[in-house]
Amino acid sequence: MSPMAIVGAAESERIGKVPELSALQLHIDAALRAIEDSGIPPELIDGIATAGHPPIDVAHYLGIRPNYVDGTRVGGCSFLAHVRHACAAIQAGHCTAVLVTHGQSGRSRIGMTYPDPGAESMHGQFEAPFGTTGPVSMLPLNVLRYMKDVGLTHEQLAGVVVAQRQWAQRNPRAFKRELLTVDDVLNSPYITYPLHAPECCLVTDAGGAVIVMEAGAATALGVRKPLVHIRGSGEASETPMITTMEDLTSSQAFRTSGQLAFQSAGITPEDVDHLMIYDAFAHLPILGLEDLGFVGGGEAGAFIAEGRTAPGGQLPMNTNGGGLAYTHTGMYGMFAILESVRQIRNEAAAQVEDVRVSVAHGIGGMFNHAATLVLSSEAA
Amino acid sequence: MTTAGPRVAPIATPDTAPFWEATSRGELALPRCRSCLTYIFYPRSHCPSCFSRELDWTVLSGMASLHSFVIAHLPAPGFDPPYVIAIVELAEGPRMMTNIVGVEPSPESLELDMALQVVFELQGDVMVPRFRPVDEGK
Repeated sequence: MSPMAIVGAAESERIGKVPELSALQLHIDAALRAIEDSGIPPELIDGIATAGHPPIDVAHYLGIRPNYVDGTRVGGCSFLAHVRHACAAIQAGHCTAVLVTHGQSGRSRIGMTYPDPGAESMHGQFEAPFGTTGPVSMLPLNVLRYMKDVGLTHEQLAGVVVAQRQWAQRNPRAFKRELLTVDDVLNSPYITYPLHAPECCLVTDAGGAVIVMEAGAATALGVRKPLVHIRGSGEASETPMITTMEDLTSSQAFRTSGQLAFQSAGITPEDVDHLMIYDAFAHLPILGLEDLGFVGGGEAGAFIAEGRTAPGGQLPMNTNGGGLAYTHTGMYGMFAILESVRQIRNEAAAQVEDVRVSVAHGIGGMFNHAATLVLSSEAA
Repeated sequence: MTTAGPRVAPIATPDTAPFWEATSRGELALPRCRSCLTYIFYPRSHCPSCFSRELDWTVLSGMASLHSFVIAHLPAPGFDPPYVIAIVELAEGPRMMTNIVGVEPSPESLELDMALQVVFELQGDVMVPRFRPVDEGK
């Protein structure tokens, strides 16, 4: 297998509140900046992958004619899955350079064209009649069961926010930069009990894009930035509905995706210098740390509360501030990849020292799917 | 504070129609696999455990326990916050989403694993299953 790499990566110039751009324009702004970041000629890009907008819409608007198209839409982790699929497609000789894009106008709602699944869908029949309002009312449904069966306090859950605000404070692009204490979080209004407002993700506008190529081909071409090697990947599905998860306290999709990623990279959690776990809500990094094997069952709450993932901790996690404090458009996964890329390239706002191996892990939907990437400054 | 519009009502499909026909009679029913005896939620036209197509629609007890819940503080069409969205574990095994009614929507009134029983409420022209705490006196 020839090694694959991320050879270009960028966010839209502006993130947060960007009402002057449509969702499609956010895809394109990020794509153009990723192409510029890579230094490769745009005509070399013969593959496109995206979720939300149809990939052909993005390709045509941009001005490329792809012969590899991936419209896999499995929620916010779609882009991590796209990178995994792109590696396989390039390996198989189907294409040379795959552009993965994301753009969402989550806050300003400009040009958002996502379809409602409808009252005849299983969601429409067995979830929507109960007053669900998207992820905010469904994704936290497993928190109380986790608290009772595995053991987690409200204070420990608030600690996830406290840790990530410490990273966000160091990042000028983060949407919420003020430090919070556990009491600040617990005294905030509930959005969805047991989660307070700072324990729920932001709703922002932003775009992001990465370009995947075979590492040797990229080097021969002379890309501008150091390669970010894709050392391993995984993905897995469990269920379309959180009610039918086998176990609300541990995600089968997280476990399988993580195992596949670590196995394919030939690493263990001990080898990881930097970690991104998609944090649409504060409990996701807790399940993620346990299901990926970084800590044992029931240990993640204390691990985070003790500052182990905060600046200066042994396992720097969600170092951009995360979906809770940096940005969260709706499908956040692209921004987890981009922070891993920046940390490996040594160009992050809150840079961690000597990041050789970074893991980015994403959730799709309500624990429906997961995808995981192992990225590295080194090819092997 | 309720957002505009009525509560959204489900629209049955061929595989789920017996579920909604049962609720209109005041019964909770699910398909059960004739081979491996698995109760199937959400209703499907085959058994996802053993792939048999031989299913029997079975009326359930209507008893359940509170597996997990949230209290929604944001409004939804036809719902006045705070209201409870829950995952209940049916006595027969499967888990389903519902609302908990007949009790204050507060953490103090709701205890995980508490006993619940089904009630049906008209939503659009469909009877939707909700759950309330079991009457201690009965």
